[in-house]
Amino acid sequence: MQEPSQRRKVFTLIALSAIAFTTVLPFIWTLALSLKPADQVMSGGLVPTQVTQSVEIEGQTHAVRLLRQLPDGRYRVKLLEGEREIVDVPGPVTKTERLDVRFDNYPKAWNAYPFLSFGRAYLNSLIVAILVTLGQVITCALAAYAFARLKFWGRDVLFFCYLATMMVPGAVTMIPTFVLLKNMPDVLNWVFATEFFSREFIGGGRLLGTDSYFALIAPRCFSAYGTFMLRQFFLSIPKELEEAAVLDGCGPLGVLRHVVLPLSKPAIATLGVFTFMWAWGDFFWPLVVTRSDSIKTLPLLLQTFQGQYGAQWNLLMAASVMGLLPMVGAFLLAQRHFIEGIKMGAVKG
Amino acid sequence: MAALAPIVAKLNPKGSRSRQLGDFGLGMAFLAPNFIGFLLFTLIPVLAIFVVAFTTGSYASGVDPVTGSFWIDARFCGLDHFRTMLSDGHFWQSLGNTFVFLLAVPFSMAASLGLALLLNQKIPGRVVYRTLLFLPTIAAGLALYMIWRQIYNQEFGLFNQILSALGLFEAGAGPDWLGNGALAKPALLLMLVWIGMGGTNMILYLAALQDVDPTLYEAASLDGAGSWDCFRYITWPSLRPTTFFILTTNLIGGIQIFDQILIMTGGGPDGSTSTILYYLYLNIYKYDRLGYAAALSVVLFAIVLAMTLVNWRLNKSAREA
Repeated sequence: MQEPSQRRKVFTLIALSAIAFTTVLPFIWTLALSLKPADQVMSGGLVPTQVTQSVEIEGQTHAVRLLRQLPDGRYRVKLLEGEREIVDVPGPVTKTERLDVRFDNYPKAWNAYPFLSFGRAYLNSLIVAILVTLGQVITCALAAYAFARLKFWGRDVLFFCYLATMMVPGAVTMIPTFVLLKNMPDVLNWVFATEFFSREFIGGGRLLGTDSYFALIAPRCFSAYGTFMLRQFFLSIPKELEEAAVLDGCGPLGVLRHVVLPLSKPAIATLGVFTFMWAWGDFFWPLVVTRSDSIKTLPLLLQTFQGQYGAQWNLLMAASVMGLLPMVGAFLLAQRHFIEGIKMGAVKG
Repeated sequence: MAALAPIVAKLNPKGSRSRQLGDFGLGMAFLAPNFIGFLLFTLIPVLAIFVVAFTTGSYASGVDPVTGSFWIDARFCGLDHFRTMLSDGHFWQSLGNTFVFLLAVPFSMAASLGLALLLNQKIPGRVVYRTLLFLPTIAAGLALYMIWRQIYNQEFGLFNQILSALGLFEAGAGPDWLGNGALAKPALLLMLVWIGMGGTNMILYLAALQDVDPTLYEAASLDGAGSWDCFRYITWPSLRPTTFFILTTNLIGGIQIFDQILIMTGGGPDGSTSTILYYLYLNIYKYDRLGYAAALSVVLFAIVLAMTLVNWRLNKSAREA
């Protein structure tokens, strides 16, 4: 990193500030809209205010809405009280603005969609993301250790198969996986001669097959990329440490648990954070695989919300803020770790 | 993991079993949890797509009450899907649009590199800038696309408000960005660049810039090289592996553009923003043509494969040159 000249420093700071301003402005706008009264969302401006117009008729002040100015200089206004009649007055119409922050847009949006509350959607997303993350970390760590340290017949061929599938787009495996899940309950029922596998699940949706937590979670618990990344990291751990543990009487699982995993915390954390973020924001697969409202995740709720409340910007924006908050909040609290993780995920991968 | 312990203990090579077999069993025990999932949800689906793409039907299944045998409603139709595709205007339009949206990749990479160069200096507040620039990436998702749909609103959107404040047109008289077939694609491209510029790519470039050997720059400036020469002959070549990595991953990601389309335009107006994945979605969801959707994903697969190979080739010849 060079020490820049004073002029260059000033230029850099101005350029960065301008660009950073454009990245932040949409968020400020969103926040402002989400706090505005319903009839003021179209008024522009970033401060939630309530604009009222009033006019004095025969010594009394009336709240009105200005319709237009007439050619003779008088004002045509609609009275906002009593019979709400339209009258022409000599004016003047006074406009007052006052701060009007509507925090209650948030509870309104939270409960707006009757079949699925934000609470349930958060919970579903959380369940799915946590289980997918746990699943990936466990299965990938075990497989990565086998590929990195254990010697067995066919290891390298298998590893090549993993690598070869790494660049297959998710959309490609989606349809066969969908067909597989769709037929899974029937196949299992047939094999075991029961009706058990097409049962309803307690939490909503079905036990197995499409439209189930199983469909949202199980296909996501295995990752060739995660296996590859952890294997590369495990290979960089000095073998002597593991040999010492073996001399102390550790089996392979013990070595993995007491030596390799503690030394791989950064890699595990990276895999965990990225898997969690990806599972949290994933939209296409849940969209294809779910039907019941009760198992829908946050992105699906947001989509439904936009369909129903697309015209009510204050609620829509409150919903967006609630959708953004968990990830953005987590990032702001731990941005160092996110950034380090990105570097490591790419360098090792 | 605890459940595996007895198996592993039994297979421990320190025991009496032959080493060869023990190691194979041990390897399999460690691999099994991942491998079963990998087999079921990756390897078999990847192979199956080449079967499903040549079939048609509802793919419903059940057990025949009379014979007790298992049935699935699907039958082979040969190359029918691919023949249909050749004369399917919506498919070609979606394919073309997908490639237009890939233009966001070079633009956002250039922006990322520019920002990384700006940030790679001793200036106050680096972490703050980095955090703010990263916000769009961390926020990317359904909620952010909902917001951008409103930003592009004709009458009250932020974008037109800014443009009219700059004096480009009267308030409320701006263009309908997402509702106009000619403007919707550039509008989406702008958003894609905005999201991507300060994100992962910038972080990777920044890390790579910090790895460039500073003595190279010192030697170059002794030889009288200007800052452009330094960039052209030192920085850019040193960044090549990073550029290659970013390009490959971004192209593979970019060709799968979908969420934005569904939320912001619904493929419209008149299919002008429909993409391969959006069309695939319509085939699954609206037209109930799973087989055709599978054929589309075979095409997607082929494109990704071709792009990766070309990229890899280019990188190889650049390294040898």
